[in-house]
Amino acid sequence: MTYQTHADLGGESGFGRVRPEPEGELFHAAWEPRALAVTLAMGATGSWNIDASRAARETLPGYRALGYYEVWITGLERLLRARGLVQADELAAGRMLHAALPVPRVLRAADVLQVLAKGAPTERPATTAARFKVGQRVRTQAAPAEHHTRLPGYARGRCGTVERVHGAHVFADAHAQGLGESPQWLYTVVFAGAELWADAAPGLSVSVDAWEPYLDAVE
Amino acid sequence: MATHATEPDRPDPDGHDHHDDPSELGPMDLRVRALESVLTAKGYIDPDALDVLIDTYQTRIGPRNGARVVARAWADAAFRERLLRDVASATAAITELGYGGRQGEQMLVVANTPQQHHLVVCTLCSCYPWPVLGLPPAWYKSAAYRSRAVKDPRGVLADFGVALPDGTQLRVWDSTAELRYMVLPMRPPGTEGMSEEQLAALVTRDSMIGTGLALAPGAAP
Repeated sequence: MTYQTHADLGGESGFGRVRPEPEGELFHAAWEPRALAVTLAMGATGSWNIDASRAARETLPGYRALGYYEVWITGLERLLRARGLVQADELAAGRMLHAALPVPRVLRAADVLQVLAKGAPTERPATTAARFKVGQRVRTQAAPAEHHTRLPGYARGRCGTVERVHGAHVFADAHAQGLGESPQWLYTVVFAGAELWADAAPGLSVSVDAWEPYLDAVE
Repeated sequence: MATHATEPDRPDPDGHDHHDDPSELGPMDLRVRALESVLTAKGYIDPDALDVLIDTYQTRIGPRNGARVVARAWADAAFRERLLRDVASATAAITELGYGGRQGEQMLVVANTPQQHHLVVCTLCSCYPWPVLGLPPAWYKSAAYRSRAVKDPRGVLADFGVALPDGTQLRVWDSTAELRYMVLPMRPPGTEGMSEEQLAALVTRDSMIGTGLALAPGAAP
């Protein structure tokens, strides 16, 4: 297999208890807010899209041993190096050693609130009719993808019911690979707990948001 | 904090990096600082923009936003209906209160009832409704939460001290695309006649993720 994500955690065991924290506790080290901001600011340059950045993070070999903002920084360094925006010797030296490359945009302080308020909506005009309708039974694709995907492993090859139809949205799988937005219909598909887990508790259901290429009709 | 000595000892992607002496720079401090210097020198980032971003998510965009949305829904039946109708309507209703944008461009709000409890997770990364809840807490991004929420949500709720009646249906929403989910918690009894501001104080962040319940009157901080 050529593409391996380390981030597909749903249904795994052995990670222990969840540790709740008070509402105001956002950061646990002084560098974490800087890591957040530098990641957002570089994302705003338009040098890559959010799906490419998720792919860069989830394939980091050390993903599961790193703290979350460490994942962000390591992923960011990886994206910067891959695009030649920053070179490894510069990261080691902590200063610029090679000429800058052009970036599409630079996020200025005065524009931050407006840029955050605008966001990056992913809905696009549909060019096809939706293949599935609310209430229809569908089966998710069984084979693992050889690229970034948003169908979690636990929901592969499972039968569920279309609960909502959300219009056409930028298709993460294509977008992450640099293949353009390739908009596809997006559905909320709900699964009975017992379809996913042998020991599911009664009354459990789980949904995912699935793009049309993940789905086939159940006859 | 509970002891973890008896827990299976797998690395947690959200392990914390504490330094006893705040003046001592650790390797991550140095690494992020170096990166920031290089990116600034190359003209890719405006260092002042970083300060605005941090300030925004520390002081302007956080779970008090979502709490105001919930309080309005508790107080105003027509608003509640629009909030729960569908994605377009929910997003518009939230925008009316001034919230929207990055990581909340399309919002779906789901209401807890005595029959059904909703829980939101992102098993693949850390998708979270930033305009209404701010930055995700560390636990939301942790392997423990992401792995168990879809399989053993009652076990996860127990970690938060929440026990639902046996017959309650449990629905878990895995945020796998760019839709963002917020839970509308049940309005606690004994809150008749309270103002929206008083109601908002009962709405915890966790109650809008589904790992908690709204506070009873008198329990608010």
